[in-house]
Amino acid sequence: MSTFDLTKSSVRELNAALHTLKDDTNDTLWSVLNPNGEHSIAAGVDAAVAINVQGSVGYFCGGMNKRANIVVDGSAGQGVGENMMSGRIHVKGDASQSAGATGRGGLLIVDGNASARCGISMKGIDIIVKGDVGHLSAFMGQNGRLVVFGEAGEALGDSIYEARLFVRGPVAGLGADCIEKPMRDEHKAELIELLAASGQDHKVDVAEFRRYGSARKLYNFNIDNAGAY
Amino acid sequence: MTSHERNWVPTTPRKSATFDDYTLSEIRRASLTGIYDIRGGGSKRRLPNFDDLVLLGASMSRYPLEGYREKCGTDVTLGTRFAKKPIKLKIPVTIAGMSFGSLSANAKEALGRGASLAGTSTTTGDGGMTPEERGQSETLVYQYLPSRYGMNPDDLRRADAIEIVIGQGAKPGGGGMLLGQKISDRVAEMRQLPKGIDQRSACRHPDWTGADDLEIKINELREITDWEKPIYLKVGASRPYFDVALAVKSGADVVVLDGMQGGTAATQEVFIEHVGIPLLSAIRPAVQALQDLGMHRKVQLVVSGGIRNGADVAKALALGADAVAIGSAALVALGDNDPKWEREYAKLGSTAGAYDDWHEGRDPAGITTQTPELSQRLDPVIAGRRLANYLKVMTLEAQTLARACGKNHLHNLEPEDLAALTLDAAAMARIPLAGTNWIPGGV
Repeated sequence: MSTFDLTKSSVRELNAALHTLKDDTNDTLWSVLNPNGEHSIAAGVDAAVAINVQGSVGYFCGGMNKRANIVVDGSAGQGVGENMMSGRIHVKGDASQSAGATGRGGLLIVDGNASARCGISMKGIDIIVKGDVGHLSAFMGQNGRLVVFGEAGEALGDSIYEARLFVRGPVAGLGADCIEKPMRDEHKAELIELLAASGQDHKVDVAEFRRYGSARKLYNFNIDNAGAY
Repeated sequence: MTSHERNWVPTTPRKSATFDDYTLSEIRRASLTGIYDIRGGGSKRRLPNFDDLVLLGASMSRYPLEGYREKCGTDVTLGTRFAKKPIKLKIPVTIAGMSFGSLSANAKEALGRGASLAGTSTTTGDGGMTPEERGQSETLVYQYLPSRYGMNPDDLRRADAIEIVIGQGAKPGGGGMLLGQKISDRVAEMRQLPKGIDQRSACRHPDWTGADDLEIKINELREITDWEKPIYLKVGASRPYFDVALAVKSGADVVVLDGMQGGTAATQEVFIEHVGIPLLSAIRPAVQALQDLGMHRKVQLVVSGGIRNGADVAKALALGADAVAIGSAALVALGDNDPKWEREYAKLGSTAGAYDDWHEGRDPAGITTQTPELSQRLDPVIAGRRLANYLKVMTLEAQTLARACGKNHLHNLEPEDLAALTLDAAAMARIPLAGTNWIPGGV
């Protein structure tokens, strides 16, 4: 196992080492000590390795991640897992705003709460938040799934495209063109499958979730809908 | 004949200067369609521009260089502040960001070919990087936009530089819209959205707000690309002094400043014509900000928005820019608005030189379209050659003017080489009115 203590090494040195990993590397276990809220930890990794960060991180941890399995044993600052392509990021604490922003693939799990704009402009990522999410979550969400065990703030799914939202608790308000949709059996099955694949099955009853998505009324401009914006 | 008829004297019908023909037609169009006018291109009205400045050729007090013998350098290096691999260009005229989606794949390829032949860079746009463009572009700048359509770390690393787009001159403070009729299967796939819908591009980035956040974002992009790539910041000209100062504070290697004449693929007419300031008025405050921070020539300044010829290049560089970027002019060089398509422009209710419904995807020249029958009209090899010729002519023109001012490099041009022909230009560019030493408003 490779260990980087960020009181002794820099984030640059850590990321440079992670970026040199080849597909056939045997160096698949990485431990990051004393992250102390540093930004861009494990950003731009493209390797099937496990990275355990022992503490809280700053902005953009795991940004543009490909294939890596990153665990943050603490909380994460703004934009954790932004634009991630694949792999998995698990934040054991809370996540600040724009968690999983523009993510194109992979899985982001937040054990605590996520702040505003969780999943903003998401493009295929799956996000599971076991606590609450803040306002404007899944804003302009294009694809992927956002699952919230707790509550959602104002303007959920504002201007949403084809992202699919599942929220168990109350929703403070829906954004433009976002509507509640029936939670049919196939949706429950989809949610069960997602939770099982992410190791979160049997923690919640999928029957308690409500489903939200696009009304698709704003997909092509119509002056009579101008008031919706 | 009645007394009234006997006393009637015909007068010339008088049209209102306020309600001119265009204004009347726009009111009729709006009332009929219920939607604002959307079009491509930049501001069309008369604005103070580089024609309002002249260069002061050498005479008794300055010594000129021989036009056909003595060297006048044109090279420029961009991204010297932090990047391990700054960009070295043979000429200070670059190709501005334009997206695949708004432009056809052939047009993007032609831009890459032309830029490479001339020794300069081209730039992606909203919608990601196409293999054709990367393959034909020796130096490619990859735009990082609020929508992040197509954004991925592999393309980021394939790029030669990264341009974070905060705004553009045609619409500072505005997002974008690619209307459904241009969303082909390929465009839809690259943007990960359904075919045929209007694709909005956000006006703000999704994961940072303000200069402090941006500094962290820039560092993330540097980390992902191992600090190799120059990071540009592109801003629309509105408050250039403060925007450039904040760009420097955020850690940019290069600032791209786009005046209101800069084009767009599709934006509201009201936005294009009424938001932002002309490039002529934006350069000096931007240079002042760099100078006040001790960063002039250390953080390079690229300016764009209505650059048309070598005179514009020379004047922009004399005002303190390190390079210019062209978009609309490059499209014209490829064949945009060519009179040879006049009959087809007429069918679309337009005329060569005025066609700007680029968002509709019916461009007879095959440039602003995704329709295969139209886009195949543009041969990327021939069009690329035309662009290269044009870029070389611009460079020769700029060199000619610089030599006349006694400069052995385009970057040696300076404000003292200029005079203004109008009060507006004198005040905006902070250049003395010709024949005087007067700058309205002071320096």
